[in-house]
Order: sequence, then structure tokens, then C-alpha cells
Amino acid sequence: MKMNLNGVKVPHHKNTMNCETVSMPVPASVTIPLLQHMGAPCTPVVKVKDEVKVGQLLADSDAFMSVPIHSSVSGTVTAIEDFINPNGVRTQTIVIACDGEQTVDESIAPPVVENREDFIAAIRKSGLVGLGGAGFPTFIKLNPKNLDEVDTLIINGAECEPFITADNREFLENGENVIKGIELVCKYLGLKNVIIGIEDNKKEAIGKMQQLVSGKEGYRVAVLKSKYPQGAEKVLIYETTGKVVKEGQLPADQGVIVMNVSSVAFVASYMETGMPLIQKRVTVDGSAVAKPQNVLVPIGAKFEDIIAFCGGYAKEPRMILMGGPMMGIAVPNDQYPVIKNNNAILAFAEEDALERLETPCIRCARCVGACPVHLMPAAIDKAVHGKNKEALASLKVNLCIECGCCAYVCPANRYLVLYNRMGKQMLREKK
Amino acid sequence: MKNKLLVVTSPHLKDPVTTSNIMLTVVVALIPTAIAATLLFGLRALMLICVCVASCIIFEYLYDVLTKQPNTISDCSAVVTGMLLAFNLPSTFPFWMAMVGCFVAIVIVKMLFGGIGKNFANPAITARVVLLVSFSAAMGDASAFVTPAFADGKISHIAGATPLSAINTTQVSGLGEIGNMALGSVDGVPNVFELLFGLRGGSLGETCIITLLIGGIYLIYKKVISPIIPLTYIGTVFVMSWILGVNPISQILAGGLVLGAFFMATDYSTSPVTKKGKVIFAIGCGLLTIVIRLYGQYVEGVSFAILLMNILTPLIDRWTKTKPFGGLAK
Repeated sequence: MKMNLNGVKVPHHKNTMNCETVSMPVPASVTIPLLQHMGAPCTPVVKVKDEVKVGQLLADSDAFMSVPIHSSVSGTVTAIEDFINPNGVRTQTIVIACDGEQTVDESIAPPVVENREDFIAAIRKSGLVGLGGAGFPTFIKLNPKNLDEVDTLIINGAECEPFITADNREFLENGENVIKGIELVCKYLGLKNVIIGIEDNKKEAIGKMQQLVSGKEGYRVAVLKSKYPQGAEKVLIYETTGKVVKEGQLPADQGVIVMNVSSVAFVASYMETGMPLIQKRVTVDGSAVAKPQNVLVPIGAKFEDIIAFCGGYAKEPRMILMGGPMMGIAVPNDQYPVIKNNNAILAFAEEDALERLETPCIRCARCVGACPVHLMPAAIDKAVHGKNKEALASLKVNLCIECGCCAYVCPANRYLVLYNRMGKQMLREKK
Repeated sequence: MKNKLLVVTSPHLKDPVTTSNIMLTVVVALIPTAIAATLLFGLRALMLICVCVASCIIFEYLYDVLTKQPNTISDCSAVVTGMLLAFNLPSTFPFWMAMVGCFVAIVIVKMLFGGIGKNFANPAITARVVLLVSFSAAMGDASAFVTPAFADGKISHIAGATPLSAINTTQVSGLGEIGNMALGSVDGVPNVFELLFGLRGGSLGETCIITLLIGGIYLIYKKVISPIIPLTYIGTVFVMSWILGVNPISQILAGGLVLGAFFMATDYSTSPVTKKGKVIFAIGCGLLTIVIRLYGQYVEGVSFAILLMNILTPLIDRWTKTKPFGGLAK
């Protein structure tokens, strides 16, 4: 029998879903952090005062779990300085003063790919990470140990976070490239089935993709109910295939690989042009933004410049988010740069900035009824405050996907996601 | 940017439900029954409700002040406790005794255990049980209860036992026959119409089944309570009465079951959090209610049943944890 993965109904606020993507002019300078993926940070291969060109390699790492970072502009490196990522990780950043010419690096040429090894190497070289939000290095995802057991590619176009419409625009403006990218991945990895998952609030994207896949054997568009978090990897896999990715497993262990729609479309354009991942479509929205829209921005462009391009602030901002309102990170100012896995910048005025005033848990069990992975957040809250590691282990806090459903429904305004993160940390310390 | 930005952890959205509006929804759900109680038992009933609500709020406020804690009365849970306690008392109950009950409910059962969400027993039920054993004459005697009777277009009152005592004392002598008893055929037992509209003796808020159902359905519709506990509880009582040969309809309608099942057994703090846990809890409440009613000293068993299951709730919670999606057994 099919399980009900709960989740919550969030307001969609897809205000920008019909806003065609506009390109932003090159800003005066960009700030390119050396950690834009899950894994080890890169070390710079350029020095201060070096001239750099568009697409030129800026930083790389010998670590396995890492992805190279390229210049999104042409100009001069003015500084390589310390930087604290919004998620708290300390790293470095390369600051480039742009010359506005956007001179393309001479080395940019379509990669020569003849087999799977070439393909995986090219994906690494392209700098691609999962663009949906987590930033997992794509070349690792496409190179599972048990490739012969994997037969299905799931394209994540659920875009369940409120406000964000960047993936919706990818389908509408770049649907042909999405299909091309899928074909390339399937060709080199030998995958037979393709499932494109889209939430039912994106009718136009569904129509377009259904048209593009019609007649293609093994392809199907899965229309998902608009329910947060349909785009969470484990949830999406279960809703589209009925398969359960177990504790400690990767999707490949269940025979599937999940890729974000913008990531797969990038694969196609990289194979065609050889231009690495240097720009990103982000949804700029929120009550403090004058002109909400989807903007194609050079990676490293500061929020301030991007919001200025969108007409500036309509109201004094009180909260700026990097990402969606359910999982996005609140930043302390607008000087942060857009990174690869960033898909939205939301600026909210005072009245829309949520500040929680915690009250005691009333044991109403709404969090239990909302959790898509069937955890008991209120019990975890209690175990974290009681520093009860044994209880945390048996409550399986390690399975929490930090989607925020529990805290969304909590009438006592508990910081349940924070406590889950603390619980995970306590379990890690134990080991 | 002039002001500093707010930096807090995700999520940055929240549905509008808060503790205080949940409690206010419960108050709204109780109001039809409060009105019915006033119509049936007179202004004395309304005054008793007001005394209980005011006492509960004052006791909670004083506790907060004396223990130097932030003021908690704005969560409105004291109002709910006050109303529910009053609903569990006969309309003739002395005010000072009611205040003692409120002190027990708020200070001893709730605040001393850490306040809202931390109490292991339902405050109103525990207070009712304390009052029952402390002031049994005022709480349990036939003379304590008045029966509203409808005649000549107005309601008159006569002192008398509650229908459950008539039913359950008759039944001790004749277990088999009672099963076939038609409602209203035995002295002191009202017919279904009278039971539904509260034309019978009893605690002031337990008699009018119609308004209790309206309130209960409203709470389910508002998703404040899940229907699992009331339906399972009442269903268990129905089935057990049937099996034991007593009239299920009178067991459901003639006592405090409907009030208890919808408003007391569903208390968040003192009932299990998972669906499975709620089912076990409600079946336990149903079994205990019938056992106490038919074989115990007391004619009514709802409060004792819920109180006993409240105490088992932490254990039930431990047995009925959710099974995490994709989780491996440890």
C-alpha cells in the first residue's frame, strides 16, 4: 500500500512564473566564493592582479568531493580574501573587478566525449553541481558504483518551494535543452527510463514537456500534487517510482539517479559550447523588491547589484533570503554573492519577515502529522533539550531532511528544524 | 539599507495556527453547550461557569507572578480548563468548592508540573475527581442534581438522580433484561429525544448532546482535534455495552461520555501523539468506562477512565513511535 508522506500545503506565491528571464548587465565587480558545492573547498589557481577571462579556471581541488570554479566575467583579480558563507562555513573568495568586455577565454571549446569516462570527466570540468539547492557534485552523482543496477533518470522539476520559479522558466525557455541533456545522460550512463516530475501548479511547463516527450520511448512526465516538499529527493523518488531510499543509501542503490532540471539542461549546453557553469537563473522576489522577476546573473554577482537591477528596494528590507522561504538561509546583509546552487533571492519587508516567539510545546502532534519522513519532531525537541543521545538515535533524527514542515505547522512556534540540526550534530559527536 | 536584517533559522513561513487560537477555537466550540446549560439549568449554571473561568485565570496569573515567570494566561488554556471543569459539576455546586477545584486543576495539576503541555493528567478531570472524593455529597448525591423538565412552554426543575444511576443501579439486579430495555420505559430513564436535548439530570455541561456534537464536529472541521479518539472511544463503549447486554444508546447518551470523548480525552498534553497511540488510548478509555460503570462503585466512569489512560499515555507513546520513512531497525 502506498504510504502517505504527509508534507504541508504552503502558499505558492509563484508571482514570477510568467516572467521571462532577463539577463543582467555585468556588475562592477563579482565575489566568487571557493566553496559552492557539498564537499571540500577549492584552492585558487590565480593570483591578485591576474587578468582573467570568462570561463577561465579560478580554483580547483585535489579532493575527490570537489568541483572546479570558473570566472563568470573578464577583468582583474583584486583580492583573494577570507569569507564566511551564509551557512557559516569559513572559506575564501576571489574578488574580480570587471572590465565589462566579457572576453571569452581561448580555451573554451566543446569537450571531446567518446565514452562514459570522458563524459564524467567533462561534467567535473564543467563545474556542475546540483542546481536544485543541495549543490552535490554532479560528476559523483553520475558515477555510482553500481551503475549496471541503475536504469532510471528522474528529473526534478517539482520546484515545491514557494516563490521560486526559476526551474519553471527552465522548462518553458529551455525545454529542448532539457531533453538534449537527458538524452546525453541516458546515452553515456545506459539509462532506459526517464521520469520528469513537475508539480501540478505549473500547467504550462507540464504541457510543454508532455509535448516534447511524446513518442519518446521510456519517457514520461509525472504530474505531482502541489504539496511541499515534493521536490525533496527521497519524496520525489517515492512519489514517482514507489521506491524507498533507505537509511544510508543513495538513490542509485534503488536504481535511480535524480537530477535537477536546470542541471540536466546545463549538461546539454556545456557539451555544445564547452562554457562552464558561470551563470545562474535566480528568482528575485519578495515584498521588498520593486520589480520581481527571473534574472540570469553571473555567478558572484552581489545581491545588492541584482536587486538594484530589479528596480531596487520598494520597501526597507527586514529579511533577505538566499533560496526559498522553507529552506533558504537568511543573510545578514545584501553584500553576499550568488553561488551555483542559489536559485532565489527573496527580500521581505518588516511585515513579511517572520520572527518566531517560542512558547512551550503543547503536544498537539501537528509536527508528527506533517513530517514527510515520519519523524517525531516534538520528541526530538525534548531529547535535544534533555541532551538524550540515546533517544535521538532511536528517533532517527539523522533522517531529517530539514524541509521545515514541522516548524511551519507548529502552533507554539518552536524552532524545530534548528533542534533537529542540533540533534544530528549531537549524534555525530557521539561517534 | 538602514536597519539590520533579521537572521533566523529556516523555515521563514508559518501557517497561522497558534496555541492561543487553538484554545480560543475550543472555547468557541464549548459556547453552544454553555448556552444550552444556561437554558436548561438556569442562570446558576452560567454563574458557575464564570466563577470557574475567572478562578482558573486568576490562579494561573498569581502562580506566574509568585514564581516570577512570564505571564502565560494569554495562551487561553486556563479559560478552556475553567469551562471544562464547570461542565463537569452539577449546577447547584457551591462556588467556593468550585474554586478549590480550579486551584487543584491549575496550580497542582498544571503549573506545578511545568505549565501547558507538561501536565501528565488532564487538569479539569483530575479536579473533578478530587472534588468527587472530597465533596461527594455536593458532587454525587441525588439531591445535588436537578433535572430540567419541559412543560407548558417553560423549563422547570426537579431534584433527582442522574439517568445513569437509574440505569446502572437497575441493571445490577438484572443484567440480561436491561439489554432489551427500551429507553424511557424504566422510571427515571429519559427517552432518546430528552437525552439528545439535555432534558435530564447530570453535570451542567454533559447533558445537551446536540450542542456537544456541534462543538466536537466544529473542532474536527477546524482540525483542532482528530476524530480518532472520540470515534474510537464512543465506538468501544457501544460495542462493549452490546456485548455485556446493556443498552448502548443509553450508555453513550445518558452520562458524560460525549463531553469526555470529544473535549477531555482529546487533550493534547495527556493523550498520545500518534494515530496508533490514539486508538489504543481511546479503546482503553472505552473499556475502563464500561467496566467502572457496570462493575464499579461509581455510576459514572468517564473521568476515572480518562485519568487512568492519561497516566498510561507516556507508555503508549513509547510503544507507538512512528516508523521513519526509509529508517532501518536499530
